[in-house]
Amino acid sequence: MSAATVLPVSESFEEFLQQEQSKDLLRFTTAGSVDDGKSTLIGRLLYDSRSVYDDQLESVTKASAGRNAGAIDFSLLTDGLRAEREQGITIDVAYRYFATPRRKFIIADTPGHEQYTRNMVTGASTAELAIVLVDARKGLLPQSRRHAYIASLLGLAHVVIAVNKMDLVGYDRATFARTEADFRRFLSRFQSIEPYFVPISALAGDNVVTRSGNMPWFHGPSLLEYLERVPTGRRAQNSSFRFPVQRVVRPNQEFRGYAGTLVSGRIAVGDAVVISPSGRRTAVASITTFDGDLQQAQAGEAVTLTLADEVDVVRGDTISTPDDLPLSSNSINATLVWLNGTPAQVKRRYRLKHATRQEWAELKYIRHRVNINSLDHEHANTLEMNEIGSVHIETARPLAFDTYAKNRATGSFILIDEVTNATVAAGLISGAANEGRELRQMSAPEPVTLADRIARQHHTGAIVHLGGRLQLALRLERHLFDRGCTVFAFESQTEEVTRALLGAGVLVLLAGEPRLGFSIETTSGEQDVRDTELPSSDTEAIYAVEELLNRLQLLSPGSDWTDSGGI
Amino acid sequence: MSPLSHLRQLEAESIHIMREVAAECQRPVLLYSIGKDSSVLLRVAQKAFHPGAVPFPLLHVDTGYKFREMIEFRDRYTAQLGLKLIVHTNRAALESGATPFGWGTQRCCGALKTTALLDGLRNGGFDAAIGGARRDEERSRAKERVFSFRDARGQWDPRNQRPELWNVFNTRIEAGESLRVFPLSNWTELDVWQYIHAENIPIVPLYFAKLRPMLVRGDALLPVEQSFVPRLPGEQPQMVMCRMRSLGCSPCTGAIRSEADTVPRIIEELISVRRSERQNRIIDHDQDGSMEIKKQEGYF
Repeated sequence: MSAATVLPVSESFEEFLQQEQSKDLLRFTTAGSVDDGKSTLIGRLLYDSRSVYDDQLESVTKASAGRNAGAIDFSLLTDGLRAEREQGITIDVAYRYFATPRRKFIIADTPGHEQYTRNMVTGASTAELAIVLVDARKGLLPQSRRHAYIASLLGLAHVVIAVNKMDLVGYDRATFARTEADFRRFLSRFQSIEPYFVPISALAGDNVVTRSGNMPWFHGPSLLEYLERVPTGRRAQNSSFRFPVQRVVRPNQEFRGYAGTLVSGRIAVGDAVVISPSGRRTAVASITTFDGDLQQAQAGEAVTLTLADEVDVVRGDTISTPDDLPLSSNSINATLVWLNGTPAQVKRRYRLKHATRQEWAELKYIRHRVNINSLDHEHANTLEMNEIGSVHIETARPLAFDTYAKNRATGSFILIDEVTNATVAAGLISGAANEGRELRQMSAPEPVTLADRIARQHHTGAIVHLGGRLQLALRLERHLFDRGCTVFAFESQTEEVTRALLGAGVLVLLAGEPRLGFSIETTSGEQDVRDTELPSSDTEAIYAVEELLNRLQLLSPGSDWTDSGGI
Repeated sequence: MSPLSHLRQLEAESIHIMREVAAECQRPVLLYSIGKDSSVLLRVAQKAFHPGAVPFPLLHVDTGYKFREMIEFRDRYTAQLGLKLIVHTNRAALESGATPFGWGTQRCCGALKTTALLDGLRNGGFDAAIGGARRDEERSRAKERVFSFRDARGQWDPRNQRPELWNVFNTRIEAGESLRVFPLSNWTELDVWQYIHAENIPIVPLYFAKLRPMLVRGDALLPVEQSFVPRLPGEQPQMVMCRMRSLGCSPCTGAIRSEADTVPRIIEELISVRRSERQNRIIDHDQDGSMEIKKQEGYF
């Protein structure tokens, strides 16, 4: 740069700065194993978006001389710690940053090794989208299923299946189509997931940033184009208002406010609010910030609220709006992901941190463990590191919470070991464990209608005839029950009883007689299920019935299956 | 309402982190390094506790070799904001003649920065030290936690860090142990500058280009504030239009040639110049992976 030139800062540059400042943010996580080329993909995104500095590139080129000398090894841009560099694998969550003119991105880069489920869960916990990398030569592998399962467990609506190494299969359309079909079949059980399939070569750069001429048969956006366009922040914005109180702010006698972040929804001055757990009602008097008072605030904003009445509010309380209050219970069903080398111990006391509140909690029992390869439920007395299970927890005092499916921030918690202070588990709440003690605060005394039942159960009634398969009926009952359904299995039953249950929105499973075959009745009559042949394997049949119930819209899409803590 | 911009989201997250520290830690302190990231940290702290005061003091580890303009800025700005400032210096090491040239950069940094920091924290009985480090600064920081656990000797064990999920932070420690907390973890250098611009935050004038006396050695520009900086035979400082991209000790911080004398011009330069900000910090280039080794020893 010559010393004589003075850089003009033009008005258009000021405009550019304004634009830069108004970009939004997308957090995503990447899953894939060492061999899928994940590090290469991330290195390529950083490099092609000019997020890598020249001296970093030089130091990486220097380091790669020892391994495979030659071209830039993109994967070295993202391999962090020395020990890992020596082993050639990444073993912890690493955060990367890049930006395009449209959007800023934060990548939680997680290793795809089986033993590192905990890292994937950690990375997915703050992400809105997951990229699952698949080797085009190998297609759908057990680990890809794991990645999809974890993405769904952690509530990621958007999953990109990036079929990588297309250059090694001659950019073959059929190979891509086969992988896509396999995945679609597998993913159909995760109603919450909207997949996007894209064929890429991270190494050669095909369809990563720009669309590739090598695959003219593919018409979708490139990976980066998709990442730039996918909607962000919708879920928290559209959920009910929740404000976990972080601190009471009392600088003088005149001001008493409650500092916190709106984890979901929005609030305006004058809105009625309810404090949990006390149940006290009041209204928002002001929304105070350093930059002046606001009339309203939205999810993600850190503000200080003052209230119209002198109510007792402490750190750990949750402020909500009366139209939709959180659940309140000290008895909780949850999915736990065990993160620590010391296994879970039933009957042991842990420190539980939920939003801004800490409570003593006891792990009462483990309902089952989820085999993350087959997704089967297994009997378990403990959970080892990287294992996922459905559990029942009791807290010393009631928590005000939502299910994780409904609200990520108020539906999640961590468990802390009281001796080592290690974070030993991540918890995703599926509901109050004891229906009798589940209290929706100040519920209106109105008759319970079928609509009310559907709203709670997330499904309507049905009678499913299973052609004499009693074992299937029992297994399906367990499966749907764990999903949170109200379900009864019978070997046989009178029509009077089954009709009554149907009217009350119950799912009735009838083993019945073999000659009657498979059929489904609903409140609107018999459903046409002729094109469905029930598979002979019970496991396959369970999924087939479930898929059918979904298709008939008997199970509402709002009922995220994480409610049950797994399939 | 339009969705929150990335800067507003980053700011809100940093505020959340600051408030968690204040609510859950016994004796927090904010490590104030006078640089641009520290300036952002102070603004975020003001916002986090408004209309109340920032409920913790600032600690500056002064090596004795900081730029004069840094010290002037520190004293003026912290007084203006009404913040309590603690300055800690390893006097014993300075009196024993610690300089980067006599002792080597590693040993000098070890004494004047790492030891001084640990002593400063111990003297104050601080259990949580809030710093302005960002994950994008250096490869070894990409995996750093927001709440980073240090054992009773102040050391960092990369194998023994707590997983961090959602925004639920585990702040529990035993007596003697401590936390380093990084509210700006997810900010990039560009985010920091954009925020400084958007918020009109005061920063040390050394960041802005101006004619300054420098020893010119190839591409490197060495400031001549300290008399002990060795000169080559016949070498004289030249007036060079330059600025500091990051601030440290004057003998170990190179300047870059630049015309950028306003924040927008710095941002413009940042977008066109593709050099990472730590590159002109001599200390990081002692050996491959050197930052990681320093961290394990307790350096921030």
